[in-house]
Amino acid sequence: MYNWDFYTVLLSLDLFMWGIWMTFLYTVGSILIGTGVGLLTCFARLSRFAVLRLLARSYQEIFRCTPLLVQLLWAYYALPMLLGFSISNSTAGLMVLSLYVGAFYAEIFRGGILAVDKGQAEAAQAVGMSQVQTMTNVILPQALKKMLPAYINQSVIQVKNTSLLYAISVAELTYMTAMVNSATYRPLEAYTLTALLYFAMLFPLTQIADHFERRMRRSD
Amino acid sequence: MAILEQIKTPADPAPTKPVMELRGLKKAFGTLEVLKGIDLAVPAGEVLAVIGPSGSGKSTLIRCMNMLEVPTGGTLAFRDQPVARRFRTRAGSIGMGTLRRHVGMVFQHFNLFPHMTVLDNITRGPCVVLGENRAKAEAHAMDLLAQVGLADKRDAYPAHLSGGQKQRVAIARALAMRPDMLLLDEVTSALDPELVGEVLGVIRKLADDGMTMVLVTHEMGFAAEVASRVIFMEGGMIAEEGTPDAILRNPKSERLRGFLSRFHG
Ligand SMILES: Nc1ncnc2c1ncn2[C@@H]1O[C@H](COP(=O)(O)OP(=O)(O)OP(=O)(O)O)[C@@H](O)[C@H]1O
Ligand SMILES: [Mg+2]
Repeated sequence: MYNWDFYTVLLSLDLFMWGIWMTFLYTVGSILIGTGVGLLTCFARLSRFAVLRLLARSYQEIFRCTPLLVQLLWAYYALPMLLGFSISNSTAGLMVLSLYVGAFYAEIFRGGILAVDKGQAEAAQAVGMSQVQTMTNVILPQALKKMLPAYINQSVIQVKNTSLLYAISVAELTYMTAMVNSATYRPLEAYTLTALLYFAMLFPLTQIADHFERRMRRSD
Repeated sequence: MAILEQIKTPADPAPTKPVMELRGLKKAFGTLEVLKGIDLAVPAGEVLAVIGPSGSGKSTLIRCMNMLEVPTGGTLAFRDQPVARRFRTRAGSIGMGTLRRHVGMVFQHFNLFPHMTVLDNITRGPCVVLGENRAKAEAHAMDLLAQVGLADKRDAYPAHLSGGQKQRVAIARALAMRPDMLLLDEVTSALDPELVGEVLGVIRKLADDGMTMVLVTHEMGFAAEVASRVIFMEGGMIAEEGTPDAILRNPKSERLRGFLSRFHG
């Protein structure tokens, strides 16, 4: 029978904690930037200028139809060859994670906005509101409620996606676990602990998403 | 206080001039020509009823009058000023934003803002568009709510109102902008029959107060009672026009007679 020994890996608890902290930072950072990028992209997709629509659409498809892991490797190893200068793994990582989630957020935002009845915009315009006033007073408040569950779900996935930063040696939780493993030769304990840590972070978030989804279904 | 204080102190120095004038107005959706050249002048204080079969372009016409549909031909003038196909007013013509500030609209399906209380539904336009301060806008809104008989519903959300109450709030919302003219597109068609009366009552009161109105309606009896003029639309054109008496009681064309016979049973 296998002799569990969590004590050895727990000696490196500070490394796990550092990993969690970095995972948290990359998640929050990429969600914030991604939300901004997603909003811009969504408005570009809804714009009356075909060039903007095409640009936004192209960006989305590129990031949605290639694996995140390939994007990370490409940005860190391949992009510098085109640029002529190197970029740090943290910059490449944050940039790719943000653009990746932004492409999905844009679709969620767009769906939420399009789900608002057309008569709402017309009623706002009929009292003389401009497009921006219509958006902020009437469309977005209603769209936000509709898009919230999907937005939270995508953000939960984003926490997990930060683990791919391992491939470009960003010191987040998965990478730190690999370090602990190579120092202690205790892969079972190390990776089990990490899995539990991810679970502890994500489970509450999925509950929140479910809560909003239920509430939304009730209010419809 | 009368429902339309501002009408009684005429803002229009020459009341005989039309509030709105359409010349050769056309609207096409792609290759489908829906309005084929409409000439129409709406003088101040007129209640103009628009009747006609389904698909004849009644809604499109009324939606062109506040540029919710942008015409593809002809001109639209508001108080003698041409209306441009852009939002803002600049020298020589007024913008769609300015037009809509002066021309209110009430929709068949109410289109109240579901995330706002009744009071917010009414005050949001004046606050955001006219820059009215909240206290003034609320006082005006309460006044309007009292006139449509819904003062006690100020804090209710639209979901908790009956259809008739929703439509009365929608009318108050349009009036809150102190419009010069009101466009109403089949505002009782989505209502249960027993709720039609309360909405028509409000419109009748507006007509008595001298509000300029264009109303698309299938309520022929009501049109005969409140309208000062009736136009019969068919195939994107004004096929016949005249007093309610001439159009509704003594129709000339076979088509109009056929159309009306469907409403007399
Ligand atoms: N946004 C649009 N795109 C394409 N076609 C449209 C659009 N709006 C209206 N139409 C078409 O224009 C024609 C006139 O429509 P409109 O709604 O003005 O008729 P209506 O007289 O109001 O009819 P109803 O009595 O059924 O309300 C119809 O054939 C309709 O299908
Ligand atoms: Mg219609």
